[in-house]
Amino acid sequence: MTLLRHTRGGEITERQALTINPAKTCQPVGAMYAALGIHRCLPHSHGSQGCCSYHRSTLSRHYKEPVMAATSSFTEGSSVFGGQANLLQAINNIFTVYQPDVIAVHTTCLSETIGDDIPQIAEKAAEKDLIPAGKSVIHASTPSYVGAAPTGFANMTAGMVKYFSESTSPNKIGGRVNVIPGWVEPADMREIKRIVAAMGLESIVFPDTSDVLDCPQTGVHEMFPKGGVTVDRLRAAGDSAVTIALGPVCSEPAAIELTNQCGVPHATLPLPIGLEATDRFILELRKYNGGVVPREITDERGRLIDLITDMHQYFYNKTAALWGDPDQLVSLSEMLLTVDILPKYVVTGTPGKKFLRRMGDVLQDRKSEVQVRQGAGADLFLLHQWIKNEKVDLLIGNTYGKYIRRDEGIPLVRHGFPILDRVGHQFFPTVGYRGAIRLLEQVLEALMQRQDDECSEERFELTM
Amino acid sequence: MRKVAIYGKGGIGKSTTTQNTVSALAEMGKKVMVVGCDPKADSTRLLLNGLAQKTVLDTLREEGEDVELEDIRMEGFGNTLCTESGGPEPGVGCAGRGIITSINLLEQLGAYHEDEQLDYVFYDVLGDVVCGGFAMPIREGKAQEIYIVCSGEMMAMYAANNICKGIRKFAQAGGVRLGGLICNSRKVDNEAEMIDEFARRLGSQMVHFVPRDNDVQRAEIRRMTVIDWNSTCAQADEYRMLARQIDENDLFIIPEPLAIDELESLLLDFGVLEAAAV
Repeated sequence: MTLLRHTRGGEITERQALTINPAKTCQPVGAMYAALGIHRCLPHSHGSQGCCSYHRSTLSRHYKEPVMAATSSFTEGSSVFGGQANLLQAINNIFTVYQPDVIAVHTTCLSETIGDDIPQIAEKAAEKDLIPAGKSVIHASTPSYVGAAPTGFANMTAGMVKYFSESTSPNKIGGRVNVIPGWVEPADMREIKRIVAAMGLESIVFPDTSDVLDCPQTGVHEMFPKGGVTVDRLRAAGDSAVTIALGPVCSEPAAIELTNQCGVPHATLPLPIGLEATDRFILELRKYNGGVVPREITDERGRLIDLITDMHQYFYNKTAALWGDPDQLVSLSEMLLTVDILPKYVVTGTPGKKFLRRMGDVLQDRKSEVQVRQGAGADLFLLHQWIKNEKVDLLIGNTYGKYIRRDEGIPLVRHGFPILDRVGHQFFPTVGYRGAIRLLEQVLEALMQRQDDECSEERFELTM
Repeated sequence: MRKVAIYGKGGIGKSTTTQNTVSALAEMGKKVMVVGCDPKADSTRLLLNGLAQKTVLDTLREEGEDVELEDIRMEGFGNTLCTESGGPEPGVGCAGRGIITSINLLEQLGAYHEDEQLDYVFYDVLGDVVCGGFAMPIREGKAQEIYIVCSGEMMAMYAANNICKGIRKFAQAGGVRLGGLICNSRKVDNEAEMIDEFARRLGSQMVHFVPRDNDVQRAEIRRMTVIDWNSTCAQADEYRMLARQIDENDLFIIPEPLAIDELESLLLDFGVLEAAAV
């Protein structure tokens, strides 16, 4: 008996409405995650309590860390009269009780629909002396009926620039680069910082959730852990030589903001997942360090290439189904194609037509062999239908694909957000050459395990 | 109990007409409740002789959910019961949600209960039905009959026609029907004939033509309905007539809104455009 018994193959009817098991989640989750990447910042959800609880619990379940966030706790009255009174009270309470350096307010469907004006309310809070000297209230507009979680991440990150970044001189500081890492794991942000440092450059990485959502157990609870980009560093981002935005959906809006506001030029690259995307990142960094790539990095690349060539027979001609956020999917697809695995089905619920063009650029002459779907009808139900009609060898995506894995007996490599039922993702990066080694090792483990399981007894000893 | 909603273009005189009609119904011995559904909370001023009414939403905000009917309902002229929904100050919050909240609360508190022995409930609604909240009074189980206040001015007729589109939508789902148009005269040429024809083409009727009379303003400035201020003046009889027409009305229909061309040709046919050109 299968779990998703209602899912059948055969002719697939175009649905006019109804999304089943969506391949996206809502904007404030992304905004909350981004805000946690500011040092001593308390995210604040301007809406009803349920929104905040859902976003906190999803983040907590994924990162296995307590995610702190406050809420305006809208009642029926706040929905009618507006949330100003609640937010003013919240700002006062938060600065009095929890003493963060920054409150990062994001909105919800409700507060957006009634049209609450957060900058006006923040101004009111300042007028009433509710914001202590040296502290800040920043905001991002994040209605969930627009975009998806990556949109919220992008909006809050752009908000950081808007509120903090300053250009103090037309002469930018050579050798200092801003890196906007996109929505990746804390371990990825740590790895990006390591790579930039290894390239001999100073970096301002923001947001930066390393040492916020992957904290060591010390026996003492820290409301605000040591990690996160500081407000001073966000301010200083306006004087950097360049901004490298990793992943156009999550990171480009903030980079554009920095260009417009502070005259810092920017380059938008795909997330550095896989050999080629990491190459592009390294080549970009090389523009600012005098053109060198240190041995350390070259060796990492060499080890990745060694793995790919050694194991090519196991990758070759396999197929995979992918779902998740656009920036991740584009780079993952490219990585798979590099090792000769075809990303046969690719599904994202996040809107934005550029994604299809980017997928086309990556797929090139294999476009006709791949089905890519985006938007409201692009859900895991559709993906499952496709798989019923023509199987793949591998699933790569978040926890919500576990039903397809079980029903179809196809191995699942967990990647993306959320991963509610495994650990590892927060500790081991998947960006950079080392990250690619980790990812491909997981892919191999899944494929080889299957080969072990399925080969006949007489061939078992020498199957690999 | 008959539940009546009054709609019409902003500034057309809905609140004035409603209160004057209600005072005439009260004079006839009917038990009437008026629910003001305008954030400005000025729908019961004449019945209450200007008494500042504490709105449902203000009460909810100040006293929490533990509200009693007595807190939000006052007795006005001729034992009418008056409540005001109220709403946020202009530019913030959600007035539409306010109306939903307030009508739900009135229901919970038993304002419409049989014990109240009401003959009529009148909802006086903000001119433009801009969102779902302002349509609350005509949603299922609320008002069953609607009267649209209009005049012979083009924009008023245009608004009335638009409101009819809204009524159609709700008529199909719930039981709401158009009871007729009330012409609140602006002294436009051939006004009565034109509105009569307009109503007929909608499939409805003009329930009454209320002539323009400064006595309405004279009463209003004293925070009174016309009957309250001078029960023997001619205008008082006009409102008595209107009240009787509504009380005896038995023509309730789903309106057929006009196409814009048709609406404009109606204005042409009745010579308004020629008159304007002179």
